[in-house]
Amino acid sequence: MNKYILTLFFVLATTVASFAQANISPAKAQTKKIVIFGATVHVGNGQVIDNGYIIFEKGKITGVGDATVVKLNMTDAEMITANGKHVYPGFISPITNLGLAEFESVKATLDFQEIGNMNPHIRSIVAYNTDSKVPPTLRSNGILMAQITPQGGTIAGSSSVVQLDAWNWEDAALKIDDAQHVNWPVTPRFRGGFGGARPGFSADALAERTQKAVSDLDEIFAQAKAYAEGEKPTTSNARLAAMENLFNGKEKLFITADSQKDIVAAVNFAKKYGITPVIVGGDEAYLIIDFLKENNISVVVKQPHALPNNVDDDVNMPYKNAAALANAGITVVVSIDGYWQQRNLPFMAGTVATWGLGKEKALQTITLNTAKVLGIDKTAGSIEIGKDATLFISAGDALDMKTNKVEQAFIQGRSINLDNLHKQLDKKFSDKYRIK
Amino acid sequence: MKKILLALALVFSTAFLFAQQTYPINGSYDIRPGLYAFTNANIVVNANQTISNGVLLIKDKIIQSVGTGTAIPKGYVVVDLKGKYIYPSLIDAFTAYGIPEAQRTAAGGFGGTRQSIFTSTKKGAYNWNEAIRPETEVRSVFAIDTKKADDMRKAGFGSVNVINRDGIARGTSAAVTLNDASENLVIIKDQTAANYSFNKGTSANDYPSSLMGSIALLRQTYLDATWYKNQKEEYNISLEEFNKQQTLPQLFEADGWANILRAVKIGKEFGKDYIVKSTGDEYQRIDAVKATGASLIIPINFAKAFDVEDPAEARNVSLGQMKAWELAPTNPSVLEKAGINFALTTFSLDNPRDFWTNIRTALDNGLTEKQALLSVTEVPAKMLGISDKVGSIEKGKLANFLITSDNLFKTGNIIYENWVQGKRFVVSKMDVTDLRGVYNLNADGIGALTLKITGTGGGTVAAIERTGVDSVKTTATFVRSGDWVSINFNLKKNPKGDIRLSGYLTSVSPIAFKGEFALSEGTIGKWTATFKEANKETPKREEPKPVIAANGPLIYPFVAFGNTLQPTAETVLLKNATVWTNEKEGILQNTDVLLENGKIKAVGKGLSAGTAKVIDATGKHITAGLIDEHSHIAGSGGINEGAQSSSAEVRIADIINSEDVNIYRQLAGGVTTSHILHGSANPIGGQSQLIKLRWGKLPEELKFAGADGFIKFALGENVKQSNFGTGARFPVTRMGVEQTFVDDFTRAKEYQKALAVKGNNVRRDLELDAIVEILNNKRFITCHSYVQSEINMLIHVADSLGFKINTFTHILEGYKVADKMKAHGIAASTFSDWWAYKMEVQEAIPYNGKIMHNVGITTAFNSDDAEMARRLNQEAGKSVLYGGVPEEDALKFVTLNPAKMLHIDNKVGSIKVGKDADVVVWSDNPLSIYAKAEKTFVDGIAYWDLEKDAQVQKAQQVERARLIQKMLDSKNKGGRTQRPTGIPQTLYNCETLSDYSADLNEAMEGAHSHE
Repeated sequence: MNKYILTLFFVLATTVASFAQANISPAKAQTKKIVIFGATVHVGNGQVIDNGYIIFEKGKITGVGDATVVKLNMTDAEMITANGKHVYPGFISPITNLGLAEFESVKATLDFQEIGNMNPHIRSIVAYNTDSKVPPTLRSNGILMAQITPQGGTIAGSSSVVQLDAWNWEDAALKIDDAQHVNWPVTPRFRGGFGGARPGFSADALAERTQKAVSDLDEIFAQAKAYAEGEKPTTSNARLAAMENLFNGKEKLFITADSQKDIVAAVNFAKKYGITPVIVGGDEAYLIIDFLKENNISVVVKQPHALPNNVDDDVNMPYKNAAALANAGITVVVSIDGYWQQRNLPFMAGTVATWGLGKEKALQTITLNTAKVLGIDKTAGSIEIGKDATLFISAGDALDMKTNKVEQAFIQGRSINLDNLHKQLDKKFSDKYRIK
Repeated sequence: MKKILLALALVFSTAFLFAQQTYPINGSYDIRPGLYAFTNANIVVNANQTISNGVLLIKDKIIQSVGTGTAIPKGYVVVDLKGKYIYPSLIDAFTAYGIPEAQRTAAGGFGGTRQSIFTSTKKGAYNWNEAIRPETEVRSVFAIDTKKADDMRKAGFGSVNVINRDGIARGTSAAVTLNDASENLVIIKDQTAANYSFNKGTSANDYPSSLMGSIALLRQTYLDATWYKNQKEEYNISLEEFNKQQTLPQLFEADGWANILRAVKIGKEFGKDYIVKSTGDEYQRIDAVKATGASLIIPINFAKAFDVEDPAEARNVSLGQMKAWELAPTNPSVLEKAGINFALTTFSLDNPRDFWTNIRTALDNGLTEKQALLSVTEVPAKMLGISDKVGSIEKGKLANFLITSDNLFKTGNIIYENWVQGKRFVVSKMDVTDLRGVYNLNADGIGALTLKITGTGGGTVAAIERTGVDSVKTTATFVRSGDWVSINFNLKKNPKGDIRLSGYLTSVSPIAFKGEFALSEGTIGKWTATFKEANKETPKREEPKPVIAANGPLIYPFVAFGNTLQPTAETVLLKNATVWTNEKEGILQNTDVLLENGKIKAVGKGLSAGTAKVIDATGKHITAGLIDEHSHIAGSGGINEGAQSSSAEVRIADIINSEDVNIYRQLAGGVTTSHILHGSANPIGGQSQLIKLRWGKLPEELKFAGADGFIKFALGENVKQSNFGTGARFPVTRMGVEQTFVDDFTRAKEYQKALAVKGNNVRRDLELDAIVEILNNKRFITCHSYVQSEINMLIHVADSLGFKINTFTHILEGYKVADKMKAHGIAASTFSDWWAYKMEVQEAIPYNGKIMHNVGITTAFNSDDAEMARRLNQEAGKSVLYGGVPEEDALKFVTLNPAKMLHIDNKVGSIKVGKDADVVVWSDNPLSIYAKAEKTFVDGIAYWDLEKDAQVQKAQQVERARLIQKMLDSKNKGGRTQRPTGIPQTLYNCETLSDYSADLNEAMEGAHSHE
């Protein structure tokens, strides 16, 4: 009997082949006008429309407003009634190796860190795997875009911004080579061991090594700038050539730096080359708020769900960091480490909301602020006329795990499939046990 | 050839006094009587007795008599010590003097280069583990180190205990004098103590890699040695020697107060009273240290102030480090006041001479001179069993004594001579004529000058002055060699160039010199100088005793957020909250909870407050404290002992660390109980320990009383070392993992049977003891597991060998075998949403918890991570997101369900009258991202309070500022400083591999490398 049921389920499983991961196909282009009506619209710029409507056609938002006063032309339109529900702009994951890694411990699946220290010519977009099983698990929590970023070395290379429903990386790309990523050389704060010593390296030797790394960075920037300004030399240099767009503003410069000293050094370094950098990490950014404001620096704060850096720090400091900066008027983007972890990005914003920023401002840190910092705010980041219809409907507050329930999501107007490997396995085994 | 000559020369030079009966002499014998009489001295016989105007007679190496009015027999060299002092030479109970530095193997660890070496690589019939090396005897490897002996003698030491600081059972130490005669003569006791530590030292074996492994190995060695006495199966030099050494004093090198407690605990298990050498932080928990009853050997090495001038750098220095800098100098006085028997050692000082600077600091901080003297004379002598030879000035003892200018501890005291075994070592020359003063200097053709000699001792600095025409004032170089002086100066003109004088003392009272001089152009002449007057002392203000600014208070634990006063349980009425009872009453609105005597006294509406402190909890939610089934916080020295496929003998209970700030951080997230587990490096891990997060209590006080014992098992990639290690340790496949369990349980059954036979001499095996406990349902398994095949496998092994699996932890494919787990009554403790970090979690899904729960399995969410544990409530919230688990059930995933699987649901896990008052007050629905834990009670004590925390932080900032100012003051006064380097935070998870001994050694080297 049992065996019979099991076979039966297998048959069922194979017949409902559309559930298999490989067949979660990217959605087709929007053909019909869509109107979402009656929802609480979280615009992404801080505004909320309690009972709102959204219209989008051919992938673009053509109308947003108050549903109680509007008169809509519903000819040839699909109506989605969403009373009591919430609509959000698609969340954006900054700085992630999504699609560049599948299993952390399996080397063959890791494509995010190239060897070498100065890799400005390395580009993430070409390795971005649209068939990874991970992105569908993010989409179902509202993450619809991501900045695919290489890691390692002093210059890690160029990231690109993608949307998460695509046949291949070309389709996926929203902005190719949006930013170069520099890891500011740092002297290890803790010199190994639990006695705070690293045998063989004195504090001075370590500081000297750091200074050398900074000099090397300066050297390549100086050469790249000259390379960009001069005639094309007979012997070309891929590294220097790849940096050209940093100096003409086509590509942004992201610098990872955490201590106040390093942040100041990194910003001043970039300024020397006429670049306004984005600071990534920024643990101690709250200590130099005036400096950051004077220099118009945006900060991508690392994941709030982290432990304090110092034993003496406020135990809730990582939760409060983003709010401390944002409330002082700095453009703050909230991030989270890793790739599969990105599905928790909404809850990072939720934490930031709890610890001093408020919900709508916190929402901005994973939508419009991110779009601005990534340079895609013309088309993404908020629910405003003219932008891509990349948004989703959640039954409840999407920043809270207790209520986040993504029912429908659109990327550039396309109604995407919210199924994923996890839902499929859930169904497979729940069916086995005949439970819900 | 030269070398040999030199060696011979040394032998000759020492031969005159210390004839060795058995050694041949090349040449004529030169045996001298060695008869000395020291008269008119203040003889400090011992810390309690001083003889003024005394006479000390010595003959050869031995003190002949001490007393007053002693008639001096003929044939004695008489040394008049009027106004001077005689003290017994000092004794250092803990040194590595004369032992070559051990060559250490490179540190292994994660991705390290260490090979897998399972058993001893030594030749000979020794113990299986090289860290057990009681066969090492200092007397057979000791060699005199003249340079070090000289340094130690200059600091006043006459004899030391020599320890070969290598290994866990280190063999015997020996007491030697700091004489530079041959080894045969300086060794005064060949076996002073049997020595131990937690550091495996140079041992090439992988095992043990953790502190708990070291403890387990030592424990097993005691058992093995006992067994060895009555067996005929093997010959083992190490165990043979181990047994012989049990009658000696037992000396344990531990590091810090927590390791004192650990060492003493093991000692008590085996009836041993260790003398413990520690590191000087005992003041932090003096009561606990006192309660051990152990005698201690304490270094007098105080940390330098941190260089905190740059506030950005100062951030790297923790409050704990700053307070330790301030309070460490009080340690000797705290020990004294506590009545602890302790010796002081120069161990870990950069130079023995720092001993005096530091001991004066300790005296300023309340140590008495008497105790100081005791701690470097009689106390160590007694500890080492050499009181009959050294430690006081008494007839028959060795002639080991100091001659000093003054009270030994007084600033400015000079140690003139250090006599060791009747041999004089001059430290600073005695009875040097004091040349200081103003002289009339006359040199032919130059005229009258004034010479002024100043400086320390008998004079070290000179200046020349000419008044009238060509007046000039200049310094002169002044060199003195006994009664011969040379003075060199330049008067600029008349004459030009340097004037070089040399001459000698012609009269002492009054002092006069004469001699010859040479000018730069070659003229030679004569000069004389006669005493005119004493130096006009600029009236030396009596240097005011440095006002010791009041020290800050002790805090418990000794890190940031520590309490100055231990918080106590109050009677508290939490009013008008939403109470998640986890009982059949469900979630109650507008309900009160009364906490009294550490228990939940009442739950209901409108409870009367009585004397209770009332807290308005309107709009708040109250839940039971969160319980983390899988945690690795609050451990010391590593949580994996993965060198062998089974490490059932190791115990997390041995290494609980009460000072881990993560305890406080997790209280801030509502956690009250944590199950501290061994890691997952091997199939059978160690025994776990359940703790309550009683911030500030001692390690033993954190333990959850009366809880069942658990043990960690593990399956999959970690135990087969897929992602680390050499791949040489069995098993490396899931197939081998099965056989590891089969083998261990089969052996355990046979072992149990054999033990039951009357009169058996079965070797007690701590590893199998733990397995037997499992078989007898006295210890319970929580097994790290991922894929369904291995889960199924262990269920089968358990069935076939007759044991039970209590819990599968991690269990990310539990949803695939939930029916089987349910049928076996196995609980599940999983992650809410982790996946993709390894191949074995490729099908880990966030619906796992929901499916297992719906199938009827007791399901929990755990952390395995110090960060995630701070928001387990949110993880529970994710079961609402993934699968729509009802909220009441979801909260149980982190409260009642883990309590059930840990067998403590009769005490904690729900809001029920009579249960422990482990209660959290939340600002919002606890499953929501918007909820903050506002108060966390453990046993009715509010160890976490969000509002109070803000005050604590403010107070801490003030305290840091005070300490920074104090460090700056110290630097300005010329105190030495060190670069601010933070202490890395140690965070463990399942996969953390560490090397306790290598870390210790690094720390030790580091302490000396960064001046």
